[in-house]
Amino acid sequence: MVPLARLAVLPMLAVLLGLAGPPPAAAQEVVVSAAISAKDALEALHPRFVAGHPGAAVRYNWGASGALQKQIEAGAPVDVFVSAARRPMDELERAGLIVAASRRDFARNALVVVKPADSPLGLRRPADLLDPRVARLVIGNPRTVPAGQYAEQSLRALGLWERLRPRLILAENVRQALEYVARGEVDAGFVYTTDAVPGGARVREAFRPPEESYGPVLYPAAVVAASRQRRLAQAFVDLLLGPEGRAALARFGFLPPAVGAR
Amino acid sequence: MSPDAQSALWLSIQVAVAATLINAALGVPLAYLLARRRSWGLGAVDLLVTLPLVLPPTITGYYLIVLLGRRGLLGAPLYELTGWTVAFTWAAAVIAATVMALPLLVRTARAAIESVDRDLERAAYTLGRSEWQTALTVTLPLARNGILAGLVLCFARALGEFGATLMLAGNIPGRTTTAPLAIYTAVQTGESAEVLTLVAALTLLSAAVLLVAGRLGARAT
Repeated sequence: MVPLARLAVLPMLAVLLGLAGPPPAAAQEVVVSAAISAKDALEALHPRFVAGHPGAAVRYNWGASGALQKQIEAGAPVDVFVSAARRPMDELERAGLIVAASRRDFARNALVVVKPADSPLGLRRPADLLDPRVARLVIGNPRTVPAGQYAEQSLRALGLWERLRPRLILAENVRQALEYVARGEVDAGFVYTTDAVPGGARVREAFRPPEESYGPVLYPAAVVAASRQRRLAQAFVDLLLGPEGRAALARFGFLPPAVGAR
Repeated sequence: MSPDAQSALWLSIQVAVAATLINAALGVPLAYLLARRRSWGLGAVDLLVTLPLVLPPTITGYYLIVLLGRRGLLGAPLYELTGWTVAFTWAAAVIAATVMALPLLVRTARAAIESVDRDLERAAYTLGRSEWQTALTVTLPLARNGILAGLVLCFARALGEFGATLMLAGNIPGRTTTAPLAIYTAVQTGESAEVLTLVAALTLLSAAVLLVAGRLGARAT
């Protein structure tokens, strides 16, 4: 039997480590909740922001815009919200949870249907998705994922939604949809053109659904009203809108926001 | 209760029943072997069976994907042969629940079997019964309450399985969205009415299951 004293050491060590707490936050930390489709572009911009604001640090919270919106509504301590669709931002604006004056559209994206790189299927038009060999089609969950909402919109406009519905696999965010295609778990999937880069050699583009079949994919960003780092948060949004932001976004395939965007 | 919530609850019950039946067939013989024999091989099996109990469910989910995904170790040949893959099907939900709940049954049943007086078994042997016959007619009936308690725990665990299910079976309403997954999605989308009905239903069901397990456990020794 281990003497009682020895048994106490491990729990005591655990308590001491716990009291040391999580790694200390930087003096000025900005939390950015961002649509996961913008991940690579924002990470590329990160060094610029840090260089321009010494002592500042940025923590990113990636996810589907709808889920991120719900987190902010529930009081998550977020400073900047970067969304892949207007609706989550509109709802936050209506609830007074963002600084309306800071809201701007900073980029545009487009849908693309991709298939696993080794797929034998020749998918060239939307109607080709009806091929019985397309047993599984992945889209983001339309309840929370903008890419899924656009995909549903497009499929409905093309008259394919009802027939393809039984074959749909729903992903929690657009990168998960991409991953399912890359892993070969599904035969095709709706993702953004900007996801082709992270998808790499494991996916191939099949076709692009006609742009008229779904709403413009505009990305708004805004400072969250409850932010305690308003100045830095605004600086982050400004960076996105400025020349360096545009360059980083373009590098990853984003388009400039259309005329008529806010 | 909305049709989606009803279907999620019903799916959960179906998955839990299937998982429990499979585990009964697999786990009771396994528990007997682990209780009555010692070998290096059995030790390894014991470790493998117990791992899902201590590993984070997402790690078990990961291993299941590696094994059974369309390009997995077992999944790829299965797909080549039959054109069918387990991921995102009802079967995947059952497999995930089965794997996660098995250790609970095995450990409980094993303890119950170990507590059976070996003299009674030996008496049966001297009377000419084979080990197989003795196990069926003497040992297992005596361990019955403990085994039943294990089955009930197994059912409860299968009912509540979330992490590994989400990874292997995905979240497809009507096919693989079990009640815990439906609650997760409903919370994410802020649908409080849906959340409340599902949470209430699952809590009542789990409490009832635990009550039964407790009664059986009390009578087990």
